[in-house]
Amino acid sequence: MARAIAPDISNFPADDAQLIGGRCADCNAIMFPIQERCQRCSHKNVSEELLPRRGTVAAWTTQGFHPGFGYLGTEDPKEWKPIGMGLVQLGDVIKVEGRLTESDPAKIKTGMEVELTFIPFYTDDDGEEVHTFAFQPV
Amino acid sequence: MTTDVAIIGVGLHPFGRFGDKPCMQMGADAIGLAMDDAGIDWNQIEFGIAGSNEVGSPDSVTRLVGLTGIPFMSVFNACATSASAIKTVADTIRLGTYDIGIAVGMDKHPRGAFTAPPSFVGLPDWYGENGQFLTTKFFGMKANRYCETNGISHSTLAKVAAKNYRNGSKNEKAFRRTPMSEEEILGSMMLNYPLTQYMFCAPDEGAAAVIMCRADLAEKLTSNKPVYVRASEVRTRKYGTYEVHATDAPIEEDVSPTVYASQAAFDVAGIGPDDVDVIQLQDTDAGAEVIHMAETGFCEHGDQEKLLADGATEIDGPLPVNTDGGLIANGEPIGASGLRQANEIVRQLRGESGERQVPGDPKVGFAQVYGAPGVAAATIFST
Repeated sequence: MARAIAPDISNFPADDAQLIGGRCADCNAIMFPIQERCQRCSHKNVSEELLPRRGTVAAWTTQGFHPGFGYLGTEDPKEWKPIGMGLVQLGDVIKVEGRLTESDPAKIKTGMEVELTFIPFYTDDDGEEVHTFAFQPV
Repeated sequence: MTTDVAIIGVGLHPFGRFGDKPCMQMGADAIGLAMDDAGIDWNQIEFGIAGSNEVGSPDSVTRLVGLTGIPFMSVFNACATSASAIKTVADTIRLGTYDIGIAVGMDKHPRGAFTAPPSFVGLPDWYGENGQFLTTKFFGMKANRYCETNGISHSTLAKVAAKNYRNGSKNEKAFRRTPMSEEEILGSMMLNYPLTQYMFCAPDEGAAAVIMCRADLAEKLTSNKPVYVRASEVRTRKYGTYEVHATDAPIEEDVSPTVYASQAAFDVAGIGPDDVDVIQLQDTDAGAEVIHMAETGFCEHGDQEKLLADGATEIDGPLPVNTDGGLIANGEPIGASGLRQANEIVRQLRGESGERQVPGDPKVGFAQVYGAPGVAAATIFST
């Protein structure tokens, strides 16, 4: 059995799992993750919203060094291989920041189509495999 | 009824690495240098504002400079800490509460990237656990998108860094004083594409102080040529911006807080970008300097490619940017960085900058800072 890195931000391990954001009932702003007050209108009328799985890369970079403090990945810092990071526009709903499964700058393009996936990340103290969300080229 | 504010003394402890020297002592040294510069005594200072990231109570510096009983408070506002200290001192004098005050910033960071739990900036733990809680990643994303959208080449990024190392080599108080070629900069380790190691500033140590007074008292207090604080504006991110440390961004886009802070500062000062003779911009990385040139209003987006090729931002160019080497050559002791900028602008406007002096008797200076989690400040100075 595998679980996701934060149980409240996705419905993993559902088929075609989606990220869970929030929608403000008063101004329709979408946010990720959900929070009590809307970032746009400040009202406390936000409810859960499943976010689209597909989108396009709006901005990207690579993470060329081990993230250090607080990072739960088990890669050897000395053997760190760059990972892709992107700001992905999901449908016409929201942009979400997250990992890209592609890490080669020559293969990542702004505007490229990607979809949500969950990738093995680390194994917790109870031996359970923990997955994290990432965006893979379509 | 408000009053004009003059800077009568500036003090700068060198930026770099200073072994066991306590942060607080660097702050006290900067205060001493500022008092020497102004020619005044500690017992003439009526209030103070101190800023630091690493020291919890930088206002404790009074123990080292004199327990005169004055109100002395601390501010912290990330990379805008110093600018916020300057603003608080200037506004307090403007309001007529006190006549003479000091802003001091000090920091002593461990080596490497800044570390803290994401909850410190209101973010969920998973953001850090997933490897996303890194300022440099944001700067890479912003620079990459900006270069693509506005036709800025990676060699232009290297030109910015090379210029700042070159300026730093003329600054005896800078951290990195060795010029570096564009090839070395482009060829160094890729930290966050397209930004390489030598395109980034590093956290380090240092302190800076600025003494301000009611403008009509300046002549009585000091023989220095007074430099006036014409505007000091701080802004935070608005809905619609993608900023340092963000899990998401909305579809609708707004501009960075640097744009709002800069426009507000120019409005308050009644001065436009064309009137500015010497510029300090937040160059956390080379891309940030390029982006901030346009966000502050000194050029159009995309013009930087040609401006850098023409040497426009060199000390003797029409838009001298980061004449002391900026953050790239000085590093960033967060609490002192904006006060370093103020030190450099004041020295430039007084004509005291030696081999890095901007020619032609500069009269107006502009300083901008920007940092996590989306805070910016713009300060305008003039003779």
